[in-house]
Amino acid sequence: MAEEVKLFGVWASPLSRRVEIALKMKGVKYEYIEEDLSNKSQLLLKYNPVHKKIPVLVHNGKPIAESLVIIEYIDETWKHNPILPQHPYDRALARFWAKFIDEKCLTVLWNSIWSKGKEREAAIEEASEHLKTLENELGDKKFFGGEEIGLVDIAAIFIGFWLGACQELSGLELLTEDKFPKLCKWIHEYVNHTAIKENLPPKDKLIEAMSARFGAASK
Amino acid sequence: MAKSDVKVLGAWPSPFVMRPRIALNIKSVDYEFLQETFGSKSELLLKSNPVHKKIPVLIHGDKPVCESLIIVEYIDEVWSSAPSILPSNPYDRATARFWASYVDEKLFPSMKEIVSADGEEAKKAAIQVVVDGLVLLEDAYAKCSKGGKFFGGEQIGYLDIAFGSYVGWLRVTEKFNQVKLLDEAKTPGLVKWAEAFCAHPAVKDVMPETDKLAEFAKVLAKARAAPPPK
Repeated sequence: MAEEVKLFGVWASPLSRRVEIALKMKGVKYEYIEEDLSNKSQLLLKYNPVHKKIPVLVHNGKPIAESLVIIEYIDETWKHNPILPQHPYDRALARFWAKFIDEKCLTVLWNSIWSKGKEREAAIEEASEHLKTLENELGDKKFFGGEEIGLVDIAAIFIGFWLGACQELSGLELLTEDKFPKLCKWIHEYVNHTAIKENLPPKDKLIEAMSARFGAASK
Repeated sequence: MAKSDVKVLGAWPSPFVMRPRIALNIKSVDYEFLQETFGSKSELLLKSNPVHKKIPVLIHGDKPVCESLIIVEYIDEVWSSAPSILPSNPYDRATARFWASYVDEKLFPSMKEIVSADGEEAKKAAIQVVVDGLVLLEDAYAKCSKGGKFFGGEQIGYLDIAFGSYVGWLRVTEKFNQVKLLDEAKTPGLVKWAEAFCAHPAVKDVMPETDKLAEFAKVLAKARAAPPPK
């Protein structure tokens, strides 16, 4: 049977882009369907009735939702160019850090940019702590995955690209070279990586879209 | 493997701590259960999980593994002989992981909302949210179990562990609020499943009795209401 892979996503969403990176790393051909979140398609609602969110991967008619669940599925289905490490302990660590990024970093980074007043101050402080933790975890490695990008690097796409765009938009100086030299070096490697650079939205369009959607962020 | 090579840092009331214990039981792996004292964190915990400072932590040899479901996957991969905990098929694995994520990110917070809900109306609404979530899980159970007793089919698996670890607390919530959350009318499959789960040899010594858990819940509520220590 011919392989049929579809991805429902949104061009400006880091979660959607995560899945595209994973598919590109595996060389999997897929049909991309752009969703309008203000007018969700019947297919999206059918394929993800529980959350009604993107990204959703549909493989031979079977839907999978939640970006990190999708990435593990991709890694288990197309086994070449592994995304997760081989050894169980290293796999546990990779999953740990991917979860840390999703559960601890994303909301607080978002609030550092978009919330106001005391809430924003608190978010910035917490975000700094988490970035320090990641800086230490990265150490002198080229990528979180070692010589090659892995699960954690894919999970960290918001930090790898979106955060820089948000900082430009808002004037926030959270992730700077003097404070986080290792993360900044990683970002440089990251955005130039073949599987990633073609999968990033154009920065100016992203900044424009975020401005339009979320309004002016305090400088 | 010597018992002291595998340790679980945790506490008996925690649903998250139950998960690695059930997984180790499924694999017939002996382990030492090191209980944290309520209200304080041991040196070993702080050293083993410096990022979150939370239980459970699995210590295998000298290597700590953190986050309950990550530990369960680790156990399944290290002690890879049968019985398997994750399903063998990638799509079934993705389905199990999806619902485990749902249970942790949606169901459990909605259960906590019942506790913090202020007044009758708010409590009723919070209870309804939990019931609606359980109805979704009833549907998932019908699909995943494929005629077997458990989400994992004939054997208990990853999603049974993820969701089943909350059954004790679901029962406590039912007791305190005089309400049926797992209900014959709306979730008949789950009612049977919960009984089978709690009776399973890998689970029964690890699942606390509802009354004991209810007593602990009262202690917990008191501790949270009390002013913080100076």
